[in-house]
Amino acid sequence: MALDPAYLAYPQRRHGYDHEFYDWSCLQTRPPVRWPAGRSVAVWLCVSLEWFPIIPAGPFTAPGHMQTAYPDYRHYTARDYGSRVGAWRLLEAFERAGVRASFATNAAIAERYPELVAAVIAGGHEIIAHSTDMNGTIDSSLTREAERALIAEAMARIAAASGVKPAGWLSIARQQSWHTADLLAEHGLTYTCDWVNDELPYRFKNGLINLPLNHELSDRQIIATQQKSAESWAESLTDAFDWLAGEAAAHGGAGRMLPVHLTPYIMGLPYRIDALEGWLKAITARPESWFATGAEIVAEWQAQEAPHG
Amino acid sequence: MQEGAPDPGLYDYHPYRGRPKITWPGGKSVAVWVAPNLEYYEIDPPAHPARKAWPTRHPSVVGYAHRDHSNRVSHWRMAEVMSKHGFPGSVSLSVALCQHHPEVVADANARGWEFFSHGIYNTRYAYDMSEEQERAIIADSIHTVREATGQRIRGWLAPALTHTPRTLDLLSEYDFTYTCDLYHDDQVQEVKVQQGRLASIPYSLEVNDHYAFFVYNMSGREYADALIRQYERLAAEGEASGTVMCIPLHAYLIGQPHRIGPFEEALRHIAEDGRAWIARAGEIVDHWRGETGGGQG
Repeated sequence: MALDPAYLAYPQRRHGYDHEFYDWSCLQTRPPVRWPAGRSVAVWLCVSLEWFPIIPAGPFTAPGHMQTAYPDYRHYTARDYGSRVGAWRLLEAFERAGVRASFATNAAIAERYPELVAAVIAGGHEIIAHSTDMNGTIDSSLTREAERALIAEAMARIAAASGVKPAGWLSIARQQSWHTADLLAEHGLTYTCDWVNDELPYRFKNGLINLPLNHELSDRQIIATQQKSAESWAESLTDAFDWLAGEAAAHGGAGRMLPVHLTPYIMGLPYRIDALEGWLKAITARPESWFATGAEIVAEWQAQEAPHG
Repeated sequence: MQEGAPDPGLYDYHPYRGRPKITWPGGKSVAVWVAPNLEYYEIDPPAHPARKAWPTRHPSVVGYAHRDHSNRVSHWRMAEVMSKHGFPGSVSLSVALCQHHPEVVADANARGWEFFSHGIYNTRYAYDMSEEQERAIIADSIHTVREATGQRIRGWLAPALTHTPRTLDLLSEYDFTYTCDLYHDDQVQEVKVQQGRLASIPYSLEVNDHYAFFVYNMSGREYADALIRQYERLAAEGEASGTVMCIPLHAYLIGQPHRIGPFEEALRHIAEDGRAWIARAGEIVDHWRGETGGGQG
């Protein structure tokens, strides 16, 4: 038996990446970014506002989607709990802590729950585009035209319902196709949050900026997937903050970033919200922390961007 | 191996109780080696009939970008912590990393780390290769690492742990010293090969950071605690006959900001304990060969 000879051919084996999305760059040797007021760790809270149609569709099934035979009341309602109750609890926690966040919002949320989106905007938080609804997944099975239409529809519906044109885009499950980066740039988006390969913003070759939203530090990964407690989540997030603050100090105050990805139906539960509130209280008190929205972090980075990005 | 036989015939049974005493240099009881996997996963690899490379259609953005984190951010974070506490690496290398990101390979080489092959890419699997094809990836590995680092590789960890029935025999034929693919022991052991000799050095799946975080769902602190427990037991048992502890790592996992701090504390514990011979894989196998006179230890 033998494999096809093509299996031992390596046409992309060369210096740099095996794709054309972005160039290689090493965080430790890049020109440092400095955050405002001498703060060294940007803390970016990003909340996903998700509406799951009870009938799943789209290129793939989003994490958190329906699981039982139709009608799956259990998951439909437990996810909706996040938008009816959990998200309000998060807004309250942010207000109490005096911090602003980014809300990655399905167009369907903006249309269906205008009170929620109005409260997000009134609180000074940012709206990031997060597709149409949780059936609005993207992968390479979509034609370029179908994907272009999906992105256009999401942007138009969010703008119509909320009055906001988002600068950032988060794909469902951070999954893109070969065309997504170009289509996002074509629709005037400044940045995407999908690529978790870095810890600071960097620029794609097509001009789009990637603001990495660490998936390992999400409540979905730590609490829903790894099944740790909210207290264990807070402990890990504190360990991360401590490390980044130490690394920044060791590099002369070079800016670092801690992305905190939250899900209302996960962290917004009565028995978990205390852990988030306690963590916010502790970290806002730290002299190194700069709580900022994704757009603010990107703008600060752009203002200092080195010629070669 | 004995192809087609129920027992693949990789080694003889050798009870843990009553083995000849092995003493590591300096009278140490446990040899500790750290094995960072420096890898390159292709964004759009060709399909293999026996195994899918990515769980989604290509590009599998999270999977690809997660691993890319090693080569942009976390390799240096992990390496600094290792160097600070006196741990050299024995690198499980996707040898194509020498082409894609020679900066990472050069950093590891400058730190005095040893390299062994982990295949060309971690997205190219050895299953179903012909003998000629398998010889090609072995020769490619030897050549590529020599060109990039000046080192002649002595060890092998199969790409994505994919083998053929002839892999181990070919390794000894090409003068490899050790394999990291067998998980049957806490001491170096002899592997049965058709010609020459090949040692099996304990690597580990159980205290591999990937298993810790994605199979056992440990937090960073729980993993550090597991490493210390593993170390304490092997250091105590090694008084009777020297044991081996491997810490297999992936920078994109252990080098995440929430895990590296507790991990550093585990390294500090081992370095300060006094019973550990902190070494590279090749040195451990060489010393074992010397102690056992080339026979079964």
